[in-house]
Amino acid sequence: MSWFSVSRFGAVLYKEFIQMRRDRMTFAMMIGIPILQLVMFGYIINSDPHHLPTLIEMADESPVARAVLSGMETSDYFKFEGIVTSAEEGDQALRDGTANFVVVIPPNFERDIVRGLSPKLLVSADASDPTAVGTAVGALSGIIDTAVKQTFQGPLAPVAGQPPPFSVVVHKQFNPASKTSLNIVPGLIAVILAMTMVLITAIAIVRETERGTMETLIATPVRPLEVMLGKILPYVVIGYIQTVVFLIAGKLLFGVPFLGSGLAFFIGFNLYIVVNLALGFLISTLVRTQMQAMQASFMTILPTILLSGFMFPYAGMPGWAQVIGSAIPATHFLRIVRKVMLKGAHLADITGDLRAIAIIGVVIMLISMLRYRQTLD
Amino acid sequence: MSTTPADSVSDRSEPAIVVKGLTKIYNGKKVVNEVDMSVPKGAIYGFIGPNGSGKTTTIRMMCALLTPDGGEGHTLGYDIHKDARAIKENVGYMTQKFSLYGDLTIRENLDFMARMYRVKNRKKVVDETLRTLGLEGRGKQLAGTLSGGWKQRLALAACMQHKPALLLLDEPTAGVDPKARRDFWDEIRQLSKQGVTVLVSTHYMDEAVQCDYIAYIAYGKKLIDGPATEIPHQVGLTTWRVSGPDLVQLEEELRADPRVEQVARFGAQLHVSSTDSAGLDAVVAEKSGENDARKWEKKEAELEEVFIYLMATAADNFGVNGGPSA
Repeated sequence: MSWFSVSRFGAVLYKEFIQMRRDRMTFAMMIGIPILQLVMFGYIINSDPHHLPTLIEMADESPVARAVLSGMETSDYFKFEGIVTSAEEGDQALRDGTANFVVVIPPNFERDIVRGLSPKLLVSADASDPTAVGTAVGALSGIIDTAVKQTFQGPLAPVAGQPPPFSVVVHKQFNPASKTSLNIVPGLIAVILAMTMVLITAIAIVRETERGTMETLIATPVRPLEVMLGKILPYVVIGYIQTVVFLIAGKLLFGVPFLGSGLAFFIGFNLYIVVNLALGFLISTLVRTQMQAMQASFMTILPTILLSGFMFPYAGMPGWAQVIGSAIPATHFLRIVRKVMLKGAHLADITGDLRAIAIIGVVIMLISMLRYRQTLD
Repeated sequence: MSTTPADSVSDRSEPAIVVKGLTKIYNGKKVVNEVDMSVPKGAIYGFIGPNGSGKTTTIRMMCALLTPDGGEGHTLGYDIHKDARAIKENVGYMTQKFSLYGDLTIRENLDFMARMYRVKNRKKVVDETLRTLGLEGRGKQLAGTLSGGWKQRLALAACMQHKPALLLLDEPTAGVDPKARRDFWDEIRQLSKQGVTVLVSTHYMDEAVQCDYIAYIAYGKKLIDGPATEIPHQVGLTTWRVSGPDLVQLEEELRADPRVEQVARFGAQLHVSSTDSAGLDAVVAEKSGENDARKWEKKEAELEEVFIYLMATAADNFGVNGGPSA
């Protein structure tokens, strides 16, 4: 049997296993990625998110109003986080993302019910992420019906029949048609920027080391800052071009508006790019080859897509996943982009997100500085 | 072939490189172990040693790419601990691997390096470099497409554009064909004539003999250094050369003899060496009586025999003392 030698085949097989085991990075990826994906897809993806932050504007504190609210809260979809006293305050909360819903109980709610005037209960929903609020909105009428049936007993029993004693008006703000593309396109800017900036920076720096050109470079009088800035700036330009293309294409193809402050967007955008470049730089100090740089970048991109709220509603993720998600720069930039583009947010509305990105950035830079010093020798 | 080093030795001017007790530790292992060296101005200084002996690390410390863990030194009068930038500006360093940009053209590479050193009249200098290289017509060719020999000449030219007084070449001819190696050495000698000090590491013996001075390093320890012509004398090795029939048989017999320290085959000859000159002569007297067809000839040991001898001794003493000192 000279056409196939089992021992030669075995030798190749054995060699391949040895090499696979020696390349720790790849090995870790092979084991790590499936586990990561399993956990993320299994636990985090939740298109039926509960406990959505909700604010109440209470112009009527009657037992009926209380019954409706407690019905909503026991449904687990809504989590009441406070009271607002004016419509402006409610709008602001929706715009800066502190609440997904604002429930408005109109004045004389109970009295109007008793009089058969069928008052309107207003629910303002932040529909910029239609998936996040969609199921809660859908469940709303059922929840209220049940609450009403339990309340209107005894003397109030007659009004509980047909027609319904009051109507629920859902006001889908920022994205009335619940178009998913309005949510996805701004989110894509955050994800695509993260992918290119991290990957390209990591690879561009590792490539110099791998090809041996870094040694020549270091042997010249060039200063590290000159190298870093010179290497990174071209990719910042790429990031600018990508974003402009995205904004234009998003507008032309999907009708995604840009309602908010250009300045707020510009500041958030630049901060985000800097943080991603720093992350790419950090990766480049941790790996030795371009292949490893690619794998490591991929490791950061996966959570960026899955945990940032880009693909699946942040509010639907379990608490621990939200903690991880809040450490990802894209999570915060995503919010900035959606707020500015869809909700017309201004600089004041995004300060919290800016601060979060800045903190992440400082931490990444500190770590990479420590790493860089060690790799000089 | 080598110039007369005696002149340079008497030269009172400060050496181009002088290091004392230079030490570098990686993972608890002394890859460079208290190396003392002095490279006279204007000399071609050969830095010889097997692979992994610490040559590259030593050179990197001399041009301030690495911080020594111990020892001190001056390169071109600048402190290797403190004056890294001044050293980098005045030294030309050529790395072992071709490390210009393969995806830039020849001209772009030269231009880039000229800008790194802030060379004045850049355009003129780059043109001049291309002309000297004989690559005027090929400035737009990608550097990655050059042959191994040309890549090395390009790299050499690139690190000479800022007219450094000292050139550090780390195995510049490794993996380059013999013709290209000869051309490369012609260029090194040209530069030396113009007054440039050249420190070149190599493990080719035919290159070692072209140097004015030599330092031999193994396992991170400098075993010997001095003017090339004096090295064999310093070691005190006596060598007999023998040619004739049945050398394989003779080689075995000689190896078994404790008075013979080294038997090495060079073409059709055996080179039989020992530091025990009298003992060796006695062995030769015995053996030459056995077979008249063999021709025996006593000669001064050459560098190659000396280095083989040093290497063998160093290996024996690794971790203890590091072999004979100069």
